[in-house]
Amino acid sequence: MKPRTVKRHIIDSFKSLKRNGWMSLAAVSAVTVTLLLVGTFIAMLMNVNKLATDIENDVSVRVYIDLAANEDQQKELQTELETLENVDSVEFSSREDELKQVVGSYGDEFNLFDGDDNPLYDVFIVNTDVPENTAPVAKQIEDLEYVTQVNYGGATADSLFKTMNTVRNIGAVVIVALILTAVFLISNTIRITIFSRRTEIEIMKLVGATNWYIRWPFLIEGALIGLVGAIIPVAILSFVYVTAYGIGTDFLKGTYFGLLAPNPFLYQVGGLMLAIGIIIGAIGSFMSIRKFLKV
Amino acid sequence: MIEMLNVYKKYPNGITAINGLSVRIEAGEFVYVVGPSGAGKSTFIKMIYREEKATKGTIKVGDFDLMTIKEKNIPYLRRYVGVVFQDFKLLPKLTVYENIAYAMEVVEKNPKAIQKRVLEVLELVGLKHKVRMFPNELSGGEQQRIAIARAIANTPHILIADEPTGNLDPDTSWEIMKILEEISNQGTTVIMATHNSQIVNVVKHRVLAVENGRIVRDQLEGDYGYEA
Repeated sequence: MKPRTVKRHIIDSFKSLKRNGWMSLAAVSAVTVTLLLVGTFIAMLMNVNKLATDIENDVSVRVYIDLAANEDQQKELQTELETLENVDSVEFSSREDELKQVVGSYGDEFNLFDGDDNPLYDVFIVNTDVPENTAPVAKQIEDLEYVTQVNYGGATADSLFKTMNTVRNIGAVVIVALILTAVFLISNTIRITIFSRRTEIEIMKLVGATNWYIRWPFLIEGALIGLVGAIIPVAILSFVYVTAYGIGTDFLKGTYFGLLAPNPFLYQVGGLMLAIGIIIGAIGSFMSIRKFLKV
Repeated sequence: MIEMLNVYKKYPNGITAINGLSVRIEAGEFVYVVGPSGAGKSTFIKMIYREEKATKGTIKVGDFDLMTIKEKNIPYLRRYVGVVFQDFKLLPKLTVYENIAYAMEVVEKNPKAIQKRVLEVLELVGLKHKVRMFPNELSGGEQQRIAIARAIANTPHILIADEPTGNLDPDTSWEIMKILEEISNQGTTVIMATHNSQIVNVVKHRVLAVENGRIVRDQLEGDYGYEA
């Protein structure tokens, strides 16, 4: 395409955006609402995903020792644990140590349980060589004698993954519905634009303008609507996410877990949202023009 | 050159507008198409620039085979065939100059060539002095002359005029006729559908009479042949 033609198409598309101001605004708002929700969903899902992976990668298995076990039996268990395949190390943490940790995390009130009132168990902390082995190792330990309970990140991760799947499915349905609405509104806007220019289109076709020549201004118009509609939610999401990231990071301080850092996460999500906006716009106008260009 | 052989056109509503029509029009000819309303004149004309697609038969216009032409090549057929309508179809918001230039811009001619050619065709239709006016400031005859200027701006080989004088008074019609003659003299094939018996009877050319979707009379130097 010649540069002169490109310029002409762009000017044409801006002109008709202006001419159909209110319809354009409605279409832009539809894209804004859609993308705000799309962006929020993406940000949430990706962070839940990240947390679940973090938890899953937490390689230690906590083995709660039966209160009935005496010292020899504990020793025996420890040896058994150490000889299991894929086990890297086994540490002992007495119920007193455990209580200290609880007091450290939740406050001095828990000092009440000191001594004989301590409701906690003695614990072996088993580290596996690689994260993938955590679950099978935990399974094996469950069957050993003198073991009351086995805990590992995987259980939490599993339930997180399940929740995430539900959220993702609902989210996908909502997002698809919203995208369709936005496409519909854009295609309606473009249809009005086309309608107000139908004499021009008729003449263009009669004197031999190519279909693409006729199509371009409308495609650009749709893409512009999508782009403008995407800028606002990208800005909102960026602001909210940076704030949420600050709070979340404070909250998770000292743990092995963390949220996705705004850089590069926000650039990726922002870029994706802009791209979705432009694509929605272009598809919307393409649908409208198709009917009009039939000879 | 236009060639039609055993052409049929049936509309989706069941009406058969063209019913086994065959004709051959040579390059540079001036042809009148006459006949009563609803006889298939308009369909015949529209098939030449592929506004309507024939159901059956052979249609060739220049190097284009209209039965097999691809959608994307139709624009190039349209540059080969210029069209003028009864209702002019000018863009009201553009000046005379812009209306004609528009037809050349959308086929991506360069600005220098556009400027030169617009003034050339305005000269031909005798309206160079009204170049800055808008269509609604012109008379019907003047608007039709602009429409003709626009139709020939891209130098088509064939000019189709569908009742170009249908909305005009007799004097103005003669002016339009003079311009079409001039265009014909420059070598362009002119095909004019008309109800104007006076013009057909005085300015003698080949006459094709269409009735019931067929050519019932094909006469060189013919006359109108219907009651006016």
